[in-house]
Amino acid sequence: MADLSTNFLGIKSPNPFWLASAPPTDKAYNVERAFEAGWGGVVWKTVGEDPQVVNVYGPRYGALLGNDRRVIGFNNIELISDRPLKTNLDEIRRVKRAWPDRAVVVSIMVPCEEASWKRILPMVEDTGCDGIELNFGCPHGMSERGMGSSVGQVPEYIEMVARWCKTYSKLPVIVKLTPNITDIRYPARAAKAGGADAVSLINTINSIMGVDLATMTMSPSVDKQGSHGGYCGTAVRPIALNMVAEIARDPQTRGLPISGIGGVQTWRDAAEFIALGCGTVQVCTAAMTYGFKIVQEMAQGLSDWMDEKGYETIADFQGRAVPNVTDWQYLNLNYVTKAKIDQDLCIKCGRCHIACEDTSHQAITSMVDGVRHFEVMDDECVGCNLCVNVCPVDDCITMVQMTEGADPRTGRAIDNDYANWTTHPNNPMAKQAAE
Amino acid sequence: MTESEMSDVRANRLSGADYADNFSDIHPPLTPHEALVEADRCYFCYDAPCMTACPTSIDIPMFIRKIQAANPVGSAKTIFEQNIMGGMCARVCPTETLCEEVCVRETAEGKPVKIGLLQRYATDTFMEREQPHPFSRAAPTGKKIAVIGAGPAGLSCAHRLAIKGHDVTVYEAREKAGGLNEYGIASYKTTNDFAQDEVEFILQIGGITIENGKALGRDITLEQLTADFDAVFLGLGLPGVNALGLEGENAAGVIDAVDFIGVLRQAEDLSQIEIGRRIVVIGGGMTAIDAAMQSKLLGAEEVTVAYRRGQEHMNASLYEQELAQTHGIAIRHWLMPDSLHVSNGAVTAITLERTALDAGGKLVGTGEKVTIEADQVFKAIGQTPDAGPLAGSVELEKGRIRVDDQRRTSHKKIWAGGDCVAGGEDLTVVSVEDGKIAAESIHKALMA
Repeated sequence: MADLSTNFLGIKSPNPFWLASAPPTDKAYNVERAFEAGWGGVVWKTVGEDPQVVNVYGPRYGALLGNDRRVIGFNNIELISDRPLKTNLDEIRRVKRAWPDRAVVVSIMVPCEEASWKRILPMVEDTGCDGIELNFGCPHGMSERGMGSSVGQVPEYIEMVARWCKTYSKLPVIVKLTPNITDIRYPARAAKAGGADAVSLINTINSIMGVDLATMTMSPSVDKQGSHGGYCGTAVRPIALNMVAEIARDPQTRGLPISGIGGVQTWRDAAEFIALGCGTVQVCTAAMTYGFKIVQEMAQGLSDWMDEKGYETIADFQGRAVPNVTDWQYLNLNYVTKAKIDQDLCIKCGRCHIACEDTSHQAITSMVDGVRHFEVMDDECVGCNLCVNVCPVDDCITMVQMTEGADPRTGRAIDNDYANWTTHPNNPMAKQAAE
Repeated sequence: MTESEMSDVRANRLSGADYADNFSDIHPPLTPHEALVEADRCYFCYDAPCMTACPTSIDIPMFIRKIQAANPVGSAKTIFEQNIMGGMCARVCPTETLCEEVCVRETAEGKPVKIGLLQRYATDTFMEREQPHPFSRAAPTGKKIAVIGAGPAGLSCAHRLAIKGHDVTVYEAREKAGGLNEYGIASYKTTNDFAQDEVEFILQIGGITIENGKALGRDITLEQLTADFDAVFLGLGLPGVNALGLEGENAAGVIDAVDFIGVLRQAEDLSQIEIGRRIVVIGGGMTAIDAAMQSKLLGAEEVTVAYRRGQEHMNASLYEQELAQTHGIAIRHWLMPDSLHVSNGAVTAITLERTALDAGGKLVGTGEKVTIEADQVFKAIGQTPDAGPLAGSVELEKGRIRVDDQRRTSHKKIWAGGDCVAGGEDLTVVSVEDGKIAAESIHKALMA
């Protein structure tokens, strides 16, 4: 059976599934329940300076739901822990002692002043916890006070605070990044420059979940007014995967350990983050939706898949997908595909036709010899994959590579050699290079 | 007289609560959440097969999408645009042989989107919220049209004509409007007086006057109507019922199924309806199933449907057949009526002869006979047109009125639709479509 154990910055955990710093990790009660259920580790909900913050007493959470009320996206305006620092530290100490094989990382957020960090770091380290995560991500509330994402949006601050932490603490330092920026590589580079041992991402995304059209209030709202909250859950996973990959393949940060966060719902999601270079994953929304038991599906699923693929350890497939992420300019422009509809599987809904006809390349029939029939016209198909995406039947439409003959759309002979934009005749830069 | 020769027909076979339970809605409507979830299953097909299969061409993908988008009122408007009786059709359409049969999810997984139930959700929501009537009338044209028969065809025609700005007088022989919706459909399919609610809804358009108790040939004549009105639409239905042609057919307990259903639908107190302990229904259509089901629900112990051909030939949908069977009704095939047993003026049994198809495909008796004890025998072997009141003014085809694709008869001022015309399918939804097409044609003719 596959070995799921992880060693992330020297922090050992029996599996790569950690609970993210969030409501599920706010108290010993929750964290111990999580460990009993099988979670490999937790990042304790962010602690700050006393006096503790206060939360709104109206709604803190909002959700984007499907028609069957499946949670697609989730957001929150909850602040960092609203319990006294000592209460948290005492509980962290007790829990870590009781669960020595689990990872207990403490998330910290204090003002961007050296004295504040210098004061809190030894107190946290004294709990016996395994590491610290710097909350430079929360986009709501705390950011208005110069903390959270307002730090994470300024690489110089990230570097400065990371350095303070490495100076005043011996613990491994993870910098949690905000996605509310234009290029994730800059904060990651800053974290590394400041001496941070790892980054974790993504924190939540600025969001308004909706507008109540009856009252003209945004949702969630507190006494008729709302404030943007942090968006998370399944819907943000593609954004998170991209940001993780950007850091994993950036020459300046390559090899920097990453803890992946953002919409992890199942073992497969976790495997995808790990394949893009993550050493652990952190989960919140799925647990807040279904409770802690889901980790058992995640751990078992990951183990079963690894067995099937012959991966013995997490490291065996960690980062395996990174080399396959590249810039658009390096994509093979000689690679020609055509959609193919399996007529035996086709249920004749016509969605491929109307999507292609109305919005793309008019490459799929709707009627042949007076009969409803959906078939790809290779001489019009640009291989865009839209039909595959809108088809409701698994594997009914597939993209088939052409390896010989000529592309009936362009008339150009199929060239099986790799060629990309950098050398393409239409690229003015390429022409310059040729001159 | 042995016990089997005693006719056992009586009222009050059940307790009061059982009547209410048995005759409640057989298909409970979808809750709003169920409707949202079911609507999500629709793929919004291009050139959707369901829409093509609907005799009234309702834009099904669009009305379902509006349900998905939490706009059931708008959804109902989409339905009513094509079918003003969308509410009743949602209840009585054999969807499993129409829209749902061709749903691509039926193709894919044998589980079509529940189009009928979604249609009902939308139309019921519209009517429950007491929305303003979804259509308004065009400027008055000054044209007057007479509609004979306030059934689905007649009301559909009248409504469409009223929209166009014409004034319509509907002549109806019965006490109430609605036709078979009111008198001919099993009551568990249309509870809470829905048929009358729907008539009221249709009349909200304005410009339609219904004159009840006016029968063609008795109170009014085509000659007079064609003289008084600019056009006439005939939605006469099928007033007659086929006879078994057996001795003893007039005995007590030998009953037209259509009459039985009508009496039941109009009953104030179901417990007062007399029903036999043992029932035999002759026929294989929806009426046969409706009569058998309602007999069972009234407390009959043994109910048998006897049909002279095979299961595959039955006009009743497979769904209706299964519904009957799961209610303990025996459906027996390849049996045709041979003779009635009558004692003291009341039927006690029916003898049926086994049938088969001969080499030429003709149905023949095999000589083998079966006798089934019966306190009541319901005849559901087809309804018949009555050409008498037409007095030869329009051409017929096998006794029914001949019409063209615009529902024009051979008389230039007369249109016709519904069950009374030749080549129809005897479905509510088809009658609604006939009325609609005729109205468009009448409008075109009058405004030319």
